[in-house]
Amino acid sequence: MSKSLRIASDDIWKNKVEKVNAEVFTLTYGSIVAQLVRDFKNDYNQVNAQLEKMGYNIGIRLIEEFLAKTNQGRCSSFKETAEVISKVGFKIFLNITPQVTNWSTDSKQFSLIFDENPLEEFVELPDDEKAKQQLWYSNVLVGVLKGALEMVQLDVDAEFVSDVLRGDDRTELKLKLNRVLKDEIPTGED
Amino acid sequence: MVIHSLYIINKAGGLIYQTDFTPGLNKLTANEYLVLAGTIHGVFAIASKLTPTALKLSTPSSLSSQSSSLSQTSSHGSKNSGLRCIETDKFSIFIYQTLTGVKFMLITSGPTSKDINDLNYSSDVAEGLLKNIYAIYSDYVMKNPFYSLDMPIRVDLFDTKVRELVKGTA
Repeated sequence: MSKSLRIASDDIWKNKVEKVNAEVFTLTYGSIVAQLVRDFKNDYNQVNAQLEKMGYNIGIRLIEEFLAKTNQGRCSSFKETAEVISKVGFKIFLNITPQVTNWSTDSKQFSLIFDENPLEEFVELPDDEKAKQQLWYSNVLVGVLKGALEMVQLDVDAEFVSDVLRGDDRTELKLKLNRVLKDEIPTGED
Repeated sequence: MVIHSLYIINKAGGLIYQTDFTPGLNKLTANEYLVLAGTIHGVFAIASKLTPTALKLSTPSSLSSQSSSLSQTSSHGSKNSGLRCIETDKFSIFIYQTLTGVKFMLITSGPTSKDINDLNYSSDVAEGLLKNIYAIYSDYVMKNPFYSLDMPIRVDLFDTKVRELVKGTA
């Protein structure tokens, strides 16, 4: 499955999606985060929350493009969802495929490991120690995942647990499936 | 096949978009359009309930979820058990429901001589068209930051793109 997924999403990345200069993208995101930090007077928890909110609003819209471009059907398991998020979702929108690891025994929780992260290119966190302890610079991704999955009736918790910007070895985003919102699955979807 | 009208119905059964492509069609009142959309929404759900469980289980979709469903080009055997098509002598209705619950509905002219040779011809055309409309919707409606979800669509670019698409198909 993973191989055909990869080929198909490669094709979508190459032929179907609009691209934007990577630096424009990175710098735009950077200035948003920096502005939020200024607006909230270095209250990094607030900044995290705002980034997540922005991400959520992106996610609930982006999912439609994802479905329209990939023709993806409903996943039969959360494991499949994880594969699709990494190999299709991140691939077609950011051209990266984070690793899926750290499955919990009940298959309801996994981690995405980002070997590369286009949002964090050129970035160094401010010198004050607070930033390194509190700010999750790429927190917009958390919101995007939550929003997008909610629209396909998956209620998940998502959070960063480590980030190379903070001096950790790797950037890790944890996703946990709370429940499938069965009541909200549109009729005709089984 | 002539494409007469396009309807978009949100996941709650509310009509969020309606447009006619053929000039000279009789207009309904705003309220009647809403009732029509609500009815389709209900009938869709009923059709889904009426689908025998055995049929649902035996559709090839249970296989395709194991292999890549990306390559699925046609929905003959998609997971949708709801209403897909209504055919009459005078007109046909084709419906495509997305995973997020939005319904796209096309009203077209009735079966033509081509359909006698190939039963799936017009449904394939309509389905391709509906998927393309979905792609345009995802671009021009969903990405418009000032569009609020589940509300009526008033986006000029979307109108233009859909018209171009339908014109190209006809």
